[in-house]
Amino acid sequence: MSTIKQQYDARLKRVMDAAAVKEPDQVPIVPVFQAFPVNYGGGNIADAMKDFDHGAKAYDNFYKDFQPDLGWDPILMFPTSYLESSGITWFRWPGKHLEDHTQMYQFIEEEYMKEDEYPEAIKDFTKFMMNKWMPRSFANFQGLAKLDFRNNMWFGHMGSLAAYSDPEVIQTLEAMVETGKNLMDWFIKLGGYQAHMQNDLGIPLLYAGFAYAPFDMIGDSMRGTPSILMDMYDHEEELLQLIDLITEFAITDTIAGCSGKSTPFVWYWLHKGIDSFMSDEQFAKFYWPSLKKYIIAVADAGLTPVIYVEGAYNTRLEYLKEIPPGKAIFSFEYTDMAEAKKVLGGHSCIMGDVPAVMLTYGKPEEVVDYCKNLIDTCAPGGGFIMDSGTMIDDANPRNIEAMFETTLKYGKR
Amino acid sequence: MSILSEMSASLQKGKANDVKEMVQTALSDGLGAKEILEEGLLSGMGIVGAKFKNNEVFVPEVLIAARAMNAGMEILKPALASADLEPKGKAVVGTVKGDLHDIGKNLVIIMFEGKGIEVIDVGTDVSPEVFVETAIKEGANIIACSALLTTTMAAMKEVVSTVQEKGVADKITVMVGGAPVTQAFCDTIGADYYAADAATASEGALALSKS
Ligand code: B12
Repeated sequence: MSTIKQQYDARLKRVMDAAAVKEPDQVPIVPVFQAFPVNYGGGNIADAMKDFDHGAKAYDNFYKDFQPDLGWDPILMFPTSYLESSGITWFRWPGKHLEDHTQMYQFIEEEYMKEDEYPEAIKDFTKFMMNKWMPRSFANFQGLAKLDFRNNMWFGHMGSLAAYSDPEVIQTLEAMVETGKNLMDWFIKLGGYQAHMQNDLGIPLLYAGFAYAPFDMIGDSMRGTPSILMDMYDHEEELLQLIDLITEFAITDTIAGCSGKSTPFVWYWLHKGIDSFMSDEQFAKFYWPSLKKYIIAVADAGLTPVIYVEGAYNTRLEYLKEIPPGKAIFSFEYTDMAEAKKVLGGHSCIMGDVPAVMLTYGKPEEVVDYCKNLIDTCAPGGGFIMDSGTMIDDANPRNIEAMFETTLKYGKR
Repeated sequence: MSILSEMSASLQKGKANDVKEMVQTALSDGLGAKEILEEGLLSGMGIVGAKFKNNEVFVPEVLIAARAMNAGMEILKPALASADLEPKGKAVVGTVKGDLHDIGKNLVIIMFEGKGIEVIDVGTDVSPEVFVETAIKEGANIIACSALLTTTMAAMKEVVSTVQEKGVADKITVMVGGAPVTQAFCDTIGADYYAADAATASEGALALSKS
């Protein structure tokens, strides 16, 4: 029997070998789980969001039965404490808005930045975020709309400081302090669970940090999907300028945020660059340059970007080769894996793509066949990690077992 | 080029203001509302739909074309109302309970309307009862439901069973779609129709309405 430390090291090495496009001792398995571990482990999402320990216990039960080569801590179980104290408007969650307690929280897309607000966002991003975007995103931070630092210099009476006596501003600042404390509590608990994963479970953490394509940061959290897609026509120059601005601080913040973490993986969640969302020219102009710069900068800082490519990227595979070889891992959802292997094989590690629909509604035999076929197609020569196509919520546990067992047996070198 | 083919061309490029003006001009030139609708607006939208299906244009182009079509429709509506046009079919369209992904659903609506099918948009997160009751109340012959999550696909089955329970299965066709949905899934839950993309779905809806 190997020690926990040896298991941990072996798993990390397995993934790093695959990332370097070498053949590891066996095909690593890193399915992307969402609601599944908590519901499987004897808990539910509503309780896990309310009480960290509830989620942690469910995760422990899950990890007793399944040992992936990289794993999640309960990071997706956003604590209701800070959602409540901030009055966040982006989410609906089980236990509050959703009756079904086994459901994930839901992200609500809105125009948190209006179409005509590009100029002010570009001119003074922090002011825009403070006065407009924050109050729209957090019901309890309305007072931020009244704050301004710009006329504190020179005029002697420090005019804008008077706003700090405004009851709404005071309420906002108190809510922000409380939210900060709630978040810090949570971070400390997450840190504890991460240490537990390393020391007791022997499973390396799947992420040091999270990242998003700059286009998606604007699309997901500011403009909304249909709006940003039309902005490519209506606000071309402004959109490009805002993307540039965001890329700059995204790079700095990601690298700083990952320092001192136990593993090097930075997860990039890609949303709106998929085949059907834009043309090749649009991708080359609006989506890829900033993302490429961001990936390369993070890789140059010694981190390993894992690009979670949602949707189909069948027409974009050549672009991905512009990332230097062996530096990033690409995880695919609906992209043709054989084609991905053909284009990226020997260059970058690829992950994929057991369909979530099969894991939920299919039979174990189908999963076994699918995994074997994936290994036959993608594993030779190295650079392959077994993964689910999409995030796993409500899969049949027998199918998850089949996925792990097949990878373990059939994926041995 | 005639004003209607110009209108169609402008619509395809998403030029909402131009389309609006052209509809106005066409009306003042004495062209019929039905002719403007079919040869100016719908023909343009039909071409966009076909190009979308062939991956020649993508979601942004469909969205701006639909915006242009809606701008034209605003002007045309009063004239259309008095022309008493029979819609080619009537569909209740929405995303199923628990699902907020509405881009695919909106594309389905755009394509349906582009084929002259009247659409009642019931929005997102729609319960089986609302789908079916709306369809009965409005006399719709189609329910089209969209789901993007493995957790919400199952709700489509409930739409099918609600249609059966209410005894309207012979009058209402249930269409299902959304990225994770397949023909096999459609068959398993006993839904009537599946298509992988919105343009094909609109052709299907038209065929179903004619029969
Ligand atoms: C954009 C997006 C979002 C946007 C949605 C914006 C909006 N207004 O719709 C936002 C950011 C809000 C979002 C939220 C979430 N999302 Co999301 N999202 C996506 C994404 C990237 C693209 C979906 C999309 O719009 N595709 C483009 C459209 C045009 O395609 P389509 O809908 O399939 O429609 C086409 C056809 O299917 C067909 N069609 C569609 N409907 C119908 C109906 C009929 C009758 C017919 C015949 C045809 C038809 O016609 C369309 C055009 O041809 C997908 C990834 C993916 N590739 O699917 C994830 C994805 C669907 N999301 C996912 C998840 C998990 C979520 C969240 C739960 C995340 C969270 N925890 O908050 C929430 C869910 C909220 C909820 N309850 O619905 C997962 C689902 C995993 C699973 N287990 O099923 C996916 C697969 C991402 C992933 N890789 O894990 N999402």
